[in-house]
Amino acid sequence: MSSKRMPKWADVLLVPILSLIIAFALSALVILAIGEDPVRAMRLMITGALGSTYGWGYTLYFTTNFLLTGLGVSIAFQARLFNIGGEGQALIGGLGVALVCLFIPWPHWSLAIIAAIAASAIFGAVWAAIPAYLQAKRGSHIVITTIMFNFIAFSLMNYMLSHVLRPPTSMDPATARFDNVLRLPRLHDILAPMGIDFSRAGPANVMLFVALLACVLAYFLMWRTRLGFEIRAFGKSEPAAHYAGISGVKIIMVAMLISGALSGMMAVNSVMGGPQRLVMNAVEGAGFIGIAVALMGRSHPIGIIAPALLFGFLFQGGSELALETTIPREMIIIIQALVIMFTGALDNMVRTPLETLFALMRRRT
Amino acid sequence: MKLTRKFLGATAVLALTTGAALADPALIYDMGGKFDRSFNEMAFTGATRWAEETGGEFRDIELQSEAQREQAIRRFAESGYNPVVMTGFSMATPLEVVAADYPDTTFVIIDGVVDLPNVRSVIFSEQEGSYLVGLLAGMATETDNVSFVGGMDVPLIRAFACGYAQGAVAANEEVNVIVNYTGTTPAAWNDPVRGSEITAAQISQGSDVVFAAAGGTGVGVLQRAVDDGILSIGVDSNQNYLHPGQVLTSMMKRVDNAVYSAFESGPGMETGLHVMDLAAGGVGWADDEHNAELISDEMRAAVSSAQEAIAAGELAVHDYRSDSSCPISVE
Repeated sequence: MSSKRMPKWADVLLVPILSLIIAFALSALVILAIGEDPVRAMRLMITGALGSTYGWGYTLYFTTNFLLTGLGVSIAFQARLFNIGGEGQALIGGLGVALVCLFIPWPHWSLAIIAAIAASAIFGAVWAAIPAYLQAKRGSHIVITTIMFNFIAFSLMNYMLSHVLRPPTSMDPATARFDNVLRLPRLHDILAPMGIDFSRAGPANVMLFVALLACVLAYFLMWRTRLGFEIRAFGKSEPAAHYAGISGVKIIMVAMLISGALSGMMAVNSVMGGPQRLVMNAVEGAGFIGIAVALMGRSHPIGIIAPALLFGFLFQGGSELALETTIPREMIIIIQALVIMFTGALDNMVRTPLETLFALMRRRT
Repeated sequence: MKLTRKFLGATAVLALTTGAALADPALIYDMGGKFDRSFNEMAFTGATRWAEETGGEFRDIELQSEAQREQAIRRFAESGYNPVVMTGFSMATPLEVVAADYPDTTFVIIDGVVDLPNVRSVIFSEQEGSYLVGLLAGMATETDNVSFVGGMDVPLIRAFACGYAQGAVAANEEVNVIVNYTGTTPAAWNDPVRGSEITAAQISQGSDVVFAAAGGTGVGVLQRAVDDGILSIGVDSNQNYLHPGQVLTSMMKRVDNAVYSAFESGPGMETGLHVMDLAAGGVGWADDEHNAELISDEMRAAVSSAQEAIAAGELAVHDYRSDSSCPISVE
């Protein structure tokens, strides 16, 4: 990825930061256009998301979601597979978590979380396996099939929640609450013994550390193992990989299984860590935001940590904005979309002029 | 450690700034949106009336997705708003958790029941109001076919359907009641296109009066009824004005009164279960200048005698929720 025409620091830091600034400037214009004060809006977003341990509790909770879905998308990207199905894989992962938590009487959360991670990973991987198989064996385009599998997942979850898993006395299409034994320790519980007072309200929990660990493990997988090398080689050039004896079918399947498993694991956070029951739309678009996170993080397992935090901030700050101002909720989606557009899709708009600039400077010296 | 000290400092600042908002009431709308011209808008109307009369201020928020419910309630309680009022049965489960964490805040849930000392649960006798509009529909129909478009298929909405069907049949034994629901998820509260399609299908089956109990979806039902020249019945808010002369009446569910009374009584209000039935003025039918020519004297007399009988307890309208069944099929 790193270009010869630009120093690495510019590629990794300058491009995304400039893109962000442009996105925020445009957002400010939109906010001005509807007669609100952009400076106040920005301040509200910052205090709301980062100004209190309450805000951090939510920001880090959303960050955890985006870390796992972003990581899932990144692994598939490395094999040049555009997995748009993170949303569906996470939804189905949630089903795995709910089944494990509802029907097995766990004695302690620590056992339950291991089982829930395993179940969500398997459910997510299975959901990714079908499009992967169709791509590997039939050449059906992975973008199309994963998008379609999102819709199938939505409908399946609607059915499961309104007809199968809903307790008979409840009108709300959601499962019963899990046993309180299964409550995952939140940052409040983890930091209290260290004498740090963290808000009880924020749902950020141990899954944050699991997600960060997953990033480190993914880094070792991609850059320190033969499999990781094969995945990257396949992504760089399929014919070259084939010539080197790497099986395309195997790489497509393995990369998508890992990708689906990671997206599915996100549900442990949003189901077991948050509301402690499976509700409708439990993923809240994290599967799609994962794509933006992966784009911004250049599909690097460590590189996605900062963008995941950024989107966690935007998500939490955005909901605070809707609460404190008359800025309608649709506006927050516009701001998020602008960030995604500039950091992901319009990357070259910033990159090309910068490269020219650096080339000019080099010629002069 | 340095970072945490910054956290703590910032928390203190936030606590100070939010202190100003202390004891203002707050309102959370369920899925379907604030301006659904129906259930949620009725809550907004009540809150606005309170603000205008008392000069007080309130905060409100619309949910973006199902998963946000708990965060919205918690956020208001955390910032010191009191009381925190919310609409919709789906709020019950998240409220159970949050209300226990904030014992000093008073919560009000409309359409749901949470049995905690700091929660007031307001429920309405929708079957009684629906019976009255069903009676009117049964008298107004010329084809002996009336229909019902429900929002989400849940016992609450079936109670509307059941009351409506009982009223229609009481007016005219020959009447056939066609019942459909928009969906099984909260998206069914805000799908006017689907509402319109269902209404068209019911019209093709012969219906000439349609009752929409579907939140924002009802806008599509009423529009289709106007386009195809049949009568419609609005819900929750008085929707007669939407299409003057073409909306037979509206089943009024006085969510506005529930919100107004909660805001009025403030944090020290009496908690527990509040049933707003016909006798208490919680439900009723809309009779105004927009539908005056549609309601004959005979209809008005019939409906007011039924009204008196229900309020006096002489006429019992079956509640679907009491035994999950209805004398007239509303599947």
